[in-house]
Amino acid sequence: MLRFLFTVIRRDIMLAARRRGDWLTAQFFFVMVVSMFPLGVGPEPSMLRTIGPGVVWVAALLASLLSLGRLFADDFRDGTLEQMLLSPYPNTLLALGKAIAHWLINGIPLLLIAPVLGIQFNLPPEALWILVLSLAIGTPILSLLGSIGAALTLGLRGGGVLVTLLILPLYVPALIFGAGAVEGVLSGTGAEAHLSLLGAFLMMSLLLAPWVSAMALKVSVE
Amino acid sequence: MNLYYYASPATFYPLAGRLIPWFAALAAILTAVGLYISFFMAPTDFQQGEGYRIIFIHVPAAWMSMFIYVVMAFWSAIGLAWNTRLSFVMARSLAPTGAMFTFVALWTGAFWGKPMWGAWWVWDARLTSELILFFLYVGVMALQAAIDDPRRSDRAGALLNLVGVINVPIIYFSVKWWNTLHQGSSVSLTRAPSMAHIMLWGMLIMALAAWMYSIAVALVRARSLIIERERQTDWVRSLLEEKP
Amino acid sequence: MNWESWGAFWAMGGYGLYVWGSFGVTLLCIVGEIWLLRRHRLQTWQRLKRLKSWDSQ
Repeated sequence: MLRFLFTVIRRDIMLAARRRGDWLTAQFFFVMVVSMFPLGVGPEPSMLRTIGPGVVWVAALLASLLSLGRLFADDFRDGTLEQMLLSPYPNTLLALGKAIAHWLINGIPLLLIAPVLGIQFNLPPEALWILVLSLAIGTPILSLLGSIGAALTLGLRGGGVLVTLLILPLYVPALIFGAGAVEGVLSGTGAEAHLSLLGAFLMMSLLLAPWVSAMALKVSVE
Repeated sequence: MNLYYYASPATFYPLAGRLIPWFAALAAILTAVGLYISFFMAPTDFQQGEGYRIIFIHVPAAWMSMFIYVVMAFWSAIGLAWNTRLSFVMARSLAPTGAMFTFVALWTGAFWGKPMWGAWWVWDARLTSELILFFLYVGVMALQAAIDDPRRSDRAGALLNLVGVINVPIIYFSVKWWNTLHQGSSVSLTRAPSMAHIMLWGMLIMALAAWMYSIAVALVRARSLIIERERQTDWVRSLLEEKP
Repeated sequence: MNWESWGAFWAMGGYGLYVWGSFGVTLLCIVGEIWLLRRHRLQTWQRLKRLKSWDSQ
């Protein structure tokens, strides 16, 4: 069982490593979207500090949505997905493995880039640390919920835009708790409450999302 | 009573046809009574003047928007569990009406907020959750519209609907939490503590009218969907011959 | 009876725009939905009849 999970994850990482161009696009998208905001609202430091956590978080949502389109699509096109669904292992494991791989490939780089972007927004060091922590708890949620959307829109025309429409409303709690944690540090009310709620939401997504996206895969493939 | 008998499209179609006029008539009568109460019997509110009369559509529309989403989820769950075609048709027929009521709730909320709070839009917990509920409706309908194969379209929409219904309470809680942190108690929707009984009755009757309307409209839509999907069957073919 | 005249009824104590703006748009939504539904039903019937007449030819 665990071997199957690791095989799915390793395979996706190897495929991503061979196609570095695609992978870099999502990361640069993240950096660019965040950098556009100061140009739009002006360089006033206190204003940037107020909007900073929210901007970084919204950009993280969009960046993870951008890479979701390819989560199952390549395997679906060449027929691998169908074979994997027919394997003797539960499909939930396949969906979980895919989501974990997506997080390792696209979520972790966001964590590493985020502090640099936080500095652009004048965030103090303790807020930067909480920003990374909140993204560390939050980005797996984005991958897990996103895998449902990717599975539902598999092989559809304009699937990429459609995923955004389906999944963004479901991301709302993650956005609120994640950006709220950083704001809690800035305003002095503390981040613990936000982070624990975010953790609870992660646990729930971890329990339910792979199961739902396995069902969605079956609906889309059959 | 045999439920499977009514779950067959061939028996449901004429049954729905007979029921629609009754629900439509009930909706019309209840609306007339509700409007009479809202404009001629309910007294002027001592704080909000005549402007409060918007609640007679705002509150029922908001109730219906949430209620319809839950009813859709109920049909989706039944459809996924027992593979009944009719449940998917019902879930799909309800979605546009639910989205319409969500839009009405948002619109009337804005028209109420302007004179009462001085702004068309306030990021109040309830208005914000209602907006996100609207997005959820749009998502389900967009997904259903994007898939041509009816079988896959039904199931995909039902799954998204169920994920949404699990998420709605979480979203409401998170938005409320966010709202209390950011705005304190500067804006509060709570009405005068002792709302006159007649106002409550007005809202209840308008809500019932909206309920009957939703059933009638959903049944009409379900009938259209059914004949479209069953067009290869004998009973639809003979139906097409009967009617000129 | 709450209202002294039709003018007072339409003015809604100064809230006319908001009250009638809300009720008007609601009415518009409902009428629009019914109209769309009717059109969809008629179109479905016509299309199915056409398909059937092609079948029997």
